[in-house]
Amino acid sequence: MTGRRLAGGGGPVIPNFGKPSSCLKHNGWFCTDWLHAHWGDILQPALVQHVLLTLLAVGIGFGIAFLLALLGFRFRLLNAPLGAFTDVLYMLPSIALFEILLPITGITWTTILIPLVAYTLFVLYRNTVAGLRAVPGEVLESARGMGLTRRQTFLRVELPLAVPSIMAGLRIATVSTISIATIAAFLVADGLGKPIFDALEQPDIFKTELLAGGVLVVLLALVADALLSLLQRALTPWTRVR
Amino acid sequence: MIAGSLFLDAFRFIPHHASLLLHETGGTAKLAFAALGIAVALALPLGLWLGHRHRGLLLALGVSNLGRALPSIVLIGFAIALLRLTFFWECAVALVILAIPPILTNAYFAIEGVDPDAVEAARGMGLTEAQILRRVELPLGLPLILAGLRIAAVFVIATATIAGIVGGGGLGDVIANEQTYGSAGVLGASYCVAAMALLVAAALGLLQHVTYRRMAPRA
Repeated sequence: MTGRRLAGGGGPVIPNFGKPSSCLKHNGWFCTDWLHAHWGDILQPALVQHVLLTLLAVGIGFGIAFLLALLGFRFRLLNAPLGAFTDVLYMLPSIALFEILLPITGITWTTILIPLVAYTLFVLYRNTVAGLRAVPGEVLESARGMGLTRRQTFLRVELPLAVPSIMAGLRIATVSTISIATIAAFLVADGLGKPIFDALEQPDIFKTELLAGGVLVVLLALVADALLSLLQRALTPWTRVR
Repeated sequence: MIAGSLFLDAFRFIPHHASLLLHETGGTAKLAFAALGIAVALALPLGLWLGHRHRGLLLALGVSNLGRALPSIVLIGFAIALLRLTFFWECAVALVILAIPPILTNAYFAIEGVDPDAVEAARGMGLTEAQILRRVELPLGLPLILAGLRIAAVFVIATATIAGIVGGGGLGDVIANEQTYGSAGVLGASYCVAAMALLVAAALGLLQHVTYRRMAPRA
């Protein structure tokens, strides 16, 4: 792993095939020969890294946010400070946070994962607490009337009813993380941000690589959003019975 | 230990290079606020009007989803590659596009969500539609509108810095040039970016809090 800033930029991006196509010579937006030649060594590995980075960030973020939300839900006094804490994290510009962490954690995935995780907390915390809070009082009354303990009420009533709100938060957090993770390539040259920054570093922006990277990021976000919405439907079968 | 001394160096860099940092902070702020101003002028009236008419839910949702999925760096790249303006205005166009979704969506939901009884009462009192929007819906929706403005402002400051990294100018220029400014300079400029974003967020947050307190029914 190399840092862009410290390594002084990537190598030459427009390769010498011996005979570059006229599309490449004119820096076209959609040079299929470049896409064919570099799907395997540039785009596909970047896509895989991007997926991995997103899964790690959202996974860790969800774990932390869920624990914080349990605290904020159980102890009402903690809700405001915890909400303010995730809000301050969310307001910190990513590029500044990456740079501030760099001297401490170095050019590692840790440096880019900490900010990415931090940004997910805002939405995930809020939506989880809001979902748990939104359970109507009558529902809780009847749960108590059926003799459920507090723990059973939480696991069988409150948590399932909060799933739509939690999943909505998860979708927003995942799409945002996929988008923000491109900036991380400025520091650690991994993920789909790498081809994008490489393209921008050329004297005349290398359009095919910029478009390819950008399209892959947006497609990845759309696919992730669709998969999570399917998961939400699978988790809440009762919402379909109407 | 190295990180610790660098940390202190960065704090020393700020007073030693105060005029440079002030100048670059000004550059980033100018770009950010120009873009924010244009975005507000475009998105706020549209969001308020759509919210008032209870129309365009899909537009408001679609714009916010698209805005979230579009990486800022890609948009800046497209603006530079496609537009034939000065670098400042190419970046400004990209920033405007990024700032519109939170402003538009929040304005829409702020007005759309105003208690319909309050709007009906105003209509019954003979207020015109414009008066209803200005005197009833706008004050009631103000906290949520400001929340959108706050997110857009912070987002634009962060992205204006990234624009500087790509094309020079502003605090991003310092962050991108470690050879010139050293690690302490990069870190010092990063503190400035973070401080500017937090200050703007705090100011707008305070305003939001004040309007919310004023609007909330007395308990």
